Formats: sequence, structure tokens, C-alpha cells
Amino acid sequence: MAKIIVVTSGKGGVGKTTSAAAIATGLALRGKKTVVIDFDVGLRNLDLIMGCERRVVYDLVNVIQGEAGLNQALIRDKRVENLFILPASQTRDKDALTQEGVEEILDTLKETFDYILCDSPAGIERGAQLAMYYADEAIVVTNPEVSSVRDSDRILGLLSSKTRRAVQGDDPIKEHLLVTRYNPERVTQGDMLTLDDIREILAIDLLGLIPESEAVLRASNQGVPVTHDADSDAGQAYTDTVSRLLGEDVPLRFHEWQKKGLLSRMFGGGRR
Amino acid sequence: MKLLEFLKRERKKSASVAKERLQIIVAHQRSQRGQPDYMPMLERELLEVIRRYVHVGDDAIQISLDSEDNCSVLELNVTLPKSERD
Repeated sequence: MAKIIVVTSGKGGVGKTTSAAAIATGLALRGKKTVVIDFDVGLRNLDLIMGCERRVVYDLVNVIQGEAGLNQALIRDKRVENLFILPASQTRDKDALTQEGVEEILDTLKETFDYILCDSPAGIERGAQLAMYYADEAIVVTNPEVSSVRDSDRILGLLSSKTRRAVQGDDPIKEHLLVTRYNPERVTQGDMLTLDDIREILAIDLLGLIPESEAVLRASNQGVPVTHDADSDAGQAYTDTVSRLLGEDVPLRFHEWQKKGLLSRMFGGGRR
Repeated sequence: MKLLEFLKRERKKSASVAKERLQIIVAHQRSQRGQPDYMPMLERELLEVIRRYVHVGDDAIQISLDSEDNCSVLELNVTLPKSERD
């Protein structure tokens, strides 16, 4: 039975699309048949992060409006087997998405996929609510920063009231916290919220911690999800995150600041 | 002596300020969770009506909706300024 997971945050620019691409890639690398859907109609970007922007022919809205079949719109990832991308439309207005249309697409995808990741747009408007409506689980992406944490709490409120599971009184959506852009050095200096602060305020289970990393920009520049950069801290942190999503018990890494010693300062201590 | 105390006093770390602010705002947000969407509007309009008769500040009114088994109670608290109580 397929799992539908929404990647959401409320605030924009915290790393939703980066995380959706990285986690989808990680799941596919673990052999799970995975599709990642861009719900950001009008501002699609998942295709760029996944490096398939030149192969977009049809999109989510085309499928909903019956102008293309689902299989015509799905883009097969070039690097990993079992990974597919369903891009958002770039031109149409947001009302082009309908709840019935989304449900139909998800129901069809459920028959063949193990994991369906929904990359939510920022905000709490219609697009974001549609992305979360049918979800079984939610990954709430949060930066250690006041506006991001506050918006994440607002999203948690919506997840517990405006989703199908909430409306129908089913088991509630499983909520996971993913902290991104974490800078242990600034935390040590007392100028960044600690992981424990964020966990205490939001009070949901921690799925992963992604350190602020040069590898993320490098990955998006190249259109290769950062999970493929297995030497990088962010790549490893996403791999850990995927393992935890699959129910494995993986210890946390990259949350403590290691002061650089003389040698590593002289010769550079590995890639970041 | 004063100078020494001033020098010794540690600047409050910005992260702990952030945490305190967040705890307050998140608690406030959660208290409003599950309320109907019209509540902020209702609160604003009630405030307008009250202001036709009494001068009160923006935070003089507290409104909450509690649901029990088969009824909902709308609770309205208005703090009136001392001089206008009569």
C-alpha cells in the first residue's frame, strides 16, 4: 500500500523542494518505487532541482484537465531507477487544481508506487492545503529561525484540522520534524535556536537534521539532488533521514560543532 | 564597582530571546486552533460595536469559544476603563 507524504513548511525558502527531491531520491535508492509531485502551480521548481526541466512536456494540470494521460506526464529520473517526477504547471492559475482531480491522480499512483511525495507550495492557501489533504504522513521542514518555527506550528494546526484524515476522523497524520540549515557553530555561540528548543516548541518527532551546507547549493546548481553527493554532510544527513522514514533507528549526526584543529585548518577537513 | 558589574554582565544570547518569544506566540496560536474561521472577524466587529459606547483599547476584549457535548459557549470578556464604568 502506497504511503502519501507531504513535504510542507508554511514559510517559503526553508528547503521544501530540496528536501522533497533529496528524500525521494533516497527512497528510490533504497529500492522503493517513488514519485514526487510538484504542487506549486505557477512557480514550479522541483523539475530544476531534479535536473529534468528540459524533459517536461505535460504537467499536473494537463492530467487533471484530461489533456494528457498520467503516464505521459510522469518523467522518469535519469539517475535512479524507480524514481518519477510529476511536474507542476508553470502558466496556469492556481484554481486549475481541483480536489477531485488530485484525488484521482493519487488513487492511480497508489496502485503502482510505494511512496508518493507531495512537494507543497509555501503559504497556507489552497495549493498548500491540497498538497496535504490526502497525506498519510507529513514532513514539516523548519529552519532554526523564529518565523519558520512559528509558521511550522501553523501548518501543524492545519494538518490536524484540514486534512482528509482529520475531517473523516481517521488516525491522525503522522507528523515528522525535519530541521534544515542548522549551523552548530552559531548554536554554540548562542545565536541560533538549538535543536532541543525547536523540538520543545513544536513537540513532534524528529525525523532528521540537515546542517547548513555548501553541498546544497552545489547540488541545485547542477540539478542533482544532494543525496547523490554521498561525501557531503547534507547528503549523508538526508540518507539518514530516509532510513528513519523507513523505520530504522539511526543516530543523529552533524548537530554538534567540532572546533577545527590546527591540522584540519591548515589542510582543510574534508568536503562540506 | 558599577563598571565591574557592567563588564561582568553577560549579554543575553539572542537564541534564548527567540525561544521565549516563540513559546509565547505558539501558545497563543494553539489557543486559537480549532476555532471557526470567523472568530477574528467577530472579535473585530464586537470591538467596533463596544467602541461606539465606550473607549477601549485593542486588547480590552477577549473572546473564546468552548465546545461541549451538545452546545458551544461563546465567552466574551471586556475590560472597561475605570472612569467609564458608571
